[in-house]
Amino acid sequence: MTKYAYYPGCSGQGTSQEYDSSTRAVCRALGVNLVDIPDWSCCGSTPAHTVDHLLSSALAARNLALAEDLDAAAVITPCPSCLTNLKVAVHRMGDREFRLQVNKLLDKPVDRTTPVKSVLQVLAEDVGPAAVAEMLPNKPLAGLKLAPYYGCIMNRPPEVMQFDDHENPTAMDKLMAALGAEVLPFPLKVECCGASFGIPRKDIVAKLSGKLLEAAADLGAHAVVTACPLCQMNLDLRQGQASAAMGRKFQLPVFYYTQLIGLALGVPQSELGLSKLCVNPRLALDAMHAAQAEKREREAKNEAGKQQAPQAKAA
Amino acid sequence: MEVVDIHASCDHEFIAQVEAESEQKVRLCYQCGNCTAGCPYTFVYDISVSQVMRLLQAGQKERLLSCKSIWLCATCESCTTRCPNEIDVARIMDVLRHMARREGYATEKNVKTFWDTFLGSVEKHGRVFEMGLLATYVAKTGRFWTDMDLGPKILPKGKLSFKPHEIQGKDKVAEIFKRFREMQQ
Repeated sequence: MTKYAYYPGCSGQGTSQEYDSSTRAVCRALGVNLVDIPDWSCCGSTPAHTVDHLLSSALAARNLALAEDLDAAAVITPCPSCLTNLKVAVHRMGDREFRLQVNKLLDKPVDRTTPVKSVLQVLAEDVGPAAVAEMLPNKPLAGLKLAPYYGCIMNRPPEVMQFDDHENPTAMDKLMAALGAEVLPFPLKVECCGASFGIPRKDIVAKLSGKLLEAAADLGAHAVVTACPLCQMNLDLRQGQASAAMGRKFQLPVFYYTQLIGLALGVPQSELGLSKLCVNPRLALDAMHAAQAEKREREAKNEAGKQQAPQAKAA
Repeated sequence: MEVVDIHASCDHEFIAQVEAESEQKVRLCYQCGNCTAGCPYTFVYDISVSQVMRLLQAGQKERLLSCKSIWLCATCESCTTRCPNEIDVARIMDVLRHMARREGYATEKNVKTFWDTFLGSVEKHGRVFEMGLLATYVAKTGRFWTDMDLGPKILPKGKLSFKPHEIQGKDKVAEIFKRFREMQQ
């Protein structure tokens, strides 16, 4: 079985615990073999690259060097911010001079560079929506209307990220559709949510996340589904602040895509962490169950109608 | 409209430095405005991205290093992705931030404090300690009431640890910072 070096990222141990645990559970269920990078450290995230590109790449590269010992097919991470830092480090270290400089800052130099991918890319490309659909032919998420939100940097810039479409990504859409969900044409898929300004400038996040929630609500979405811990936190935890900024009360649950795949696969609640979401996910799941019940009722009526019709003729 | 006398105030050395550090050709920008059109942060900028690019071509160092925009860019990569001349605009914004730091500018003080506190946490523990980061940030800025509404929402979820997740190699991570600082001198 292909082995992947897993880089969980710092938020996976805190504010996005449920993303980490649902990612691990879904990968296990889908046969994606994860091995944690031993003693991994922070990639530096946004703060590091705003200070210096060499420092930023060195913080990311320490992890790439540790991953070499695992001899994995790729280093994979659920977090787009970690993904960007790891990928940019690999990209820039293609330049020999830059690589030498980075290695001067490290205890263990980077020898070869393992490809870096998001967990989403592995699930979309190596597993694929067709295989997921085959595992779940009864379409467990039927009736759930979703606004798929990728965040700004999962696919951008395309030369570095090398995954999906940079203006209209569809990897998550296809996985959700494979589970039966109704994926809405969400026009703000790659717009920024306000990123890490939540703490120093929450007014910015309230406005930008507010716009996203407004667009999703206007489409009639039952929920937003995302692949980024920071986007999830801005849209979910700060939904009250976003509501105030837009002068409108939003009540939209914000799922990680792995939670929904896990739900469809019957992963135990303890690993899905749905109770860790701030906006009650029941709002969306109840709407989904109501839609499924309505459909069953409609089908039963049609069936009954068909059976009655010949009798009526005979009479 | 603001008029800049390019001949009198153009700092050619500044342009060359930005070009060298960002590995981008500043002169390629022909002011199509695509970066500004796609930038979600224009509403809080004092200078829009395309104007940053134009002022850069005109070598307006002081004006750029003291602007708010370079601290409010979130590196969402929209400008870089949509530039018809393949200029990595977000990287130029990053480089302007680096230079502003080195020269002692911090027009959005809280943003700088947040980023510095984040890196301080990484240097100390090897990974970010979210609760510690928040406490240190609040202590440094005195913004005790910020996000008070979020406490009751997040604390019962049991996601925020009150202790850092120390790693064995935290000294090695601290070494990266130390060597980096030595290299800068």
